[in-house]
Amino acid sequence: MTKLIVLIVIILGVVAIAQLVRMYELSSKLRNRREEDIPNRDNRLNAILLLVFMFAFFASVIYLFSEYGFSGRGEAASVHGKATDWLLDLNLWIITAVFFLTNTLLFGFAFKYVRKPGVKAYWFPHDNRLELVWTVVPAVVLAIIIILGLKSWNEQTDHASKEAIRVELFSKQFDWTVRMAGDDNTLGFFDYKLTNDNNPLALLTTKTIQDAIDSMENSSTGIHALELKLNDPKLIFAPEDHALMVKDLGAKERIVRMLYQLKARHNSALDARAMDDIVFNASDTLYLCKDQQYEFNFRSKDVIHSAYFPHFRVQMNTVPGQTTRFKFTPSVTTMEMRDKMSNPKFNYVLMCNKICGSSHYKMKLMVVVLDKPAYKKWYASVSKFDPKAADQCKTFRNIYPVGKPKAAADLTATATPADSAIVTK
Amino acid sequence: MAAHEAHAHHDTHGHDHHEEGFISKYIFSQDHKMIGKQFLLTAVFMGVVAMLLSILFRIQLAWPGEPSDFLSFFLGETWAPGGVLKENMYLGLVTIHGTIMVFFLLTGGLSGTFSNLLIPLQIGARDMASGLLNMMSYWMFLISSLIMLFSLFIETGPASSGWTVYPPLSALPQAIEGSGLGMTLWLISMSIFIASSLLGSLNYIVTVLNLRTKGMKMTRMPLTIWAFFVTAVLGVLSFPVLLSAALLLMMDRLAGTSFYLSDIIIGSEMLENHGGSPLLFQHLFWFLGHPEVYIVLLPALGLTSEIISTNSRKPIFGYRAMIGSILAIGFLSFIVWGHHMFVTGMNPFLGSVFVFTTLLIAIPSAVKVFNYITTIWRGSNIYTPAMLFSVGLVSTFITGGVTGIILADSALDISVHDTYFVVAHFHIVMGMSAVFGMFAGVYHWFPKMYGRMLNTRLGYAHFWVTIVGAYGVFFPMHFVGLAGAPRRYYDYSVFGDFNTNSHEMIMDLNMIITVFAIIAAFGQLIFLFNFFYSIYRGPKAVQNPWRSNTLEWTTPVEHVHGNWPGAIPEVHRWPYDYSKPGAEEDFIPQIVPLRAGEEGDH
Ligand code: HEM
Ligand SMILES: [Cu+2]
Ligand SMILES: [Cu+2]
Repeated sequence: MTKLIVLIVIILGVVAIAQLVRMYELSSKLRNRREEDIPNRDNRLNAILLLVFMFAFFASVIYLFSEYGFSGRGEAASVHGKATDWLLDLNLWIITAVFFLTNTLLFGFAFKYVRKPGVKAYWFPHDNRLELVWTVVPAVVLAIIIILGLKSWNEQTDHASKEAIRVELFSKQFDWTVRMAGDDNTLGFFDYKLTNDNNPLALLTTKTIQDAIDSMENSSTGIHALELKLNDPKLIFAPEDHALMVKDLGAKERIVRMLYQLKARHNSALDARAMDDIVFNASDTLYLCKDQQYEFNFRSKDVIHSAYFPHFRVQMNTVPGQTTRFKFTPSVTTMEMRDKMSNPKFNYVLMCNKICGSSHYKMKLMVVVLDKPAYKKWYASVSKFDPKAADQCKTFRNIYPVGKPKAAADLTATATPADSAIVTK
Repeated sequence: MAAHEAHAHHDTHGHDHHEEGFISKYIFSQDHKMIGKQFLLTAVFMGVVAMLLSILFRIQLAWPGEPSDFLSFFLGETWAPGGVLKENMYLGLVTIHGTIMVFFLLTGGLSGTFSNLLIPLQIGARDMASGLLNMMSYWMFLISSLIMLFSLFIETGPASSGWTVYPPLSALPQAIEGSGLGMTLWLISMSIFIASSLLGSLNYIVTVLNLRTKGMKMTRMPLTIWAFFVTAVLGVLSFPVLLSAALLLMMDRLAGTSFYLSDIIIGSEMLENHGGSPLLFQHLFWFLGHPEVYIVLLPALGLTSEIISTNSRKPIFGYRAMIGSILAIGFLSFIVWGHHMFVTGMNPFLGSVFVFTTLLIAIPSAVKVFNYITTIWRGSNIYTPAMLFSVGLVSTFITGGVTGIILADSALDISVHDTYFVVAHFHIVMGMSAVFGMFAGVYHWFPKMYGRMLNTRLGYAHFWVTIVGAYGVFFPMHFVGLAGAPRRYYDYSVFGDFNTNSHEMIMDLNMIITVFAIIAAFGQLIFLFNFFYSIYRGPKAVQNPWRSNTLEWTTPVEHVHGNWPGAIPEVHRWPYDYSKPGAEEDFIPQIVPLRAGEEGDH
């Protein structure tokens, strides 16, 4: 019913406009006015409207700036963020000035030089001096912008210092997982083929390689089981299912061959790197320490995501098959930021900022910045093995099942620095 | 000469004896004017669809999760159960909206319409170099449009990985439903589109280089032609790269290759692909993608150069500097693509190079703006709707251009990349400017296309609603972005979990934006009405309604094959002799010979 009414209203509206237009055309005809002759009255009206529009536009721009400021996300909470915010403000001032100036010239001239009876336009085809001015002035301003910008950029993208804590952020549809480098401050190696429920980040150790091979070969969907099924004369499959299983089997055989190669090349001395890594559950809060530099290593399991920390002014894509990095130093604790924002519920956050699927908009991780003492306490609880609180300790050595004794043995065997080992892939 | 006359003779005869059939006149036409109109109508239709899609997803952004009759009316139970948009369909709508707007409305539509209409008319040619290729170009455009539209109706939904279709998301149907059949159709449609665009562009280039009439030196061509010419060159050099990117993506999807894929586990399936790089796709995509924004923009700038000069009754200021900046922009646009990739893990040093080249582009752009302003200065400005839209274009080009300086500065881009700040930037500088240029062109050349005039008053109403509405939509988006709101988000409720202040602000602005979007959309109805009404009932046009200098206004109002019934006129001067001292009239058409002692070109 409502749809019908809406339809009728629309049709009546169109008819009404058509009638108005006809009347307008008839009256033009009576006054002998052609459509392309713009009467002075209309012309002036539009010139005035252009000026009025400019003022209204400027007023709303100023209102928006005063209401929402240069940054609706609060002040920067990282060391480099403070510097880039300064630069952002400088740039915003420059472009806002240019915006007001050139729009004023445009609308101002458009208003002032509306056609007036008897006044001819001024013949002014070119002027080399003027053109030089507005080539050189923007060039100089841009040079300043470029130099300041590249200085910041070089600082931001420089290598992290040795003391920077190494953290990995692992992304997948649709959550984030944190891994910290542990006491040796080196992240263990990984290979995506080692992924399983116990080893979601695919860390590379002698044991995880063996387990991956085992499960590829012997699990209920493994190679042997598949072969058995396919060769069983009593089982009959639909052709599509059969083709799928053959394909699956082929893939698994190829992958397992690569796993054997991995095993052959693997240097067990490297296991130690992974063993002390602290591996959190997916979506576990990321804890950071104020005034401590971090080097973030980003990985993705499936599609491209982007690690976006709006408050730290940090963003870096996570790319499957490749590790990307970004370093920064948080400079304001969560508590301090809550005070500054006078918002007791405020929290830092990591959001996904690259379209990655249906729940892209929900893919976030909470971030907490602690002061040094609080951070130390928290770190001890997740890194030190305390039998009474085993579920809190998240080192790989502790959480990776069954392999504990063997892993411990490996560790003692390779107390020498692992860095000297040859990195094989 | 004799040949021309024979041709003219033949023309008049043709009309006497065998009336052209409907089919060969309107459908399989090889006449550039008709093909231009076909492009325009198709693009207007596509534009309306894309606008409607944007209203649909804007409703979700302003009133997330609230049932809407409007949504359920258009999307039904499958895509909007109970009137609430589905997450996947949100992404599908955004993707197809962006794709249609950029490629079908503003590449096919803008350059297809006006290059076809104006190149032969303004350089003094009887038609395009190859009418057949031209016709094929339109037909491929239409087919690709239909495939793109059709993909909205399939069961798994249209392509949903954004108009940039980055793999692996776009390569793996397991990652998102739209990457199945929808993505296949997207790739097919775009491949056909690219072929269409290439045929068109080659034709434009050849025509401009070879078919100029006597006296039409390159430095006497209207700036429209310069813009179309450089646009076509950009298209020919960059679209093939997109085609190769699309083909490689198709191979990854269908043939199991690993150009873009490496070490992926999707769901619980371990893929064997190893060694590919998603960044490769991004490099290939943006090697087209950035020139593409100038492919969209340059024709609009060309049209407005002509319109502003005509309606200010003044020569365009700095004609040679305008040509120079078109060429500079065209050249630079090929070496800036990396500014879309500052945070993708690309080598930071490479990033700094792209910062430098990108900021260089601001210089020719600034030159253009100042030249427009100086043209208006001390002019005798006449505000036809076309002129208003041109002034609007200069304003949006400034407003959107200045924020580009922030995005080009890699150190600053980090905090606003992929947020609504970017959405604001490109809609204003590319969307609004190009659409304004397109409207300006339609109002100005409508008499040439249809032999009738558009209604001026409705034109005014259309302009004022559009500029207020569009700025109202896109300006506040800057602040949404500065508050840290990522783009391509189905809703912003996550902000409620960590910063209630930002959340409130984003919600307020989103509501305002949607209201303006609805107003702007209604404004377009005025245009549609005016357009279709005037095609049939508008007042008849005279030959040269705007008292303009260029050659198209020397052709008869009724379209004839070959454009000029007699000989092709010869050109004696540049096209911008407006209000020249010593002349009686305030315009001197290009076909008027120089008076004794008159100084010629400038
Ligand atoms: C009625 C007018 C329009 C409205 C309300 C509108 C609104 C929007 C919004 C809200 C988005 C989603 C941004 C995101 O989540 O990433 C978007 C995307 C986009 N729009 Fe528009 N838009 C309009 C007109 C245009 C025009 C004229 C163009 C031509 C350049 C355009 C090109 C795009 C592109 C390229 C995207 C990106 C799509 C993607 O993310 O894949 N839009 N638009
Ligand atoms: Cu995401
Ligand atoms: Cu670009």
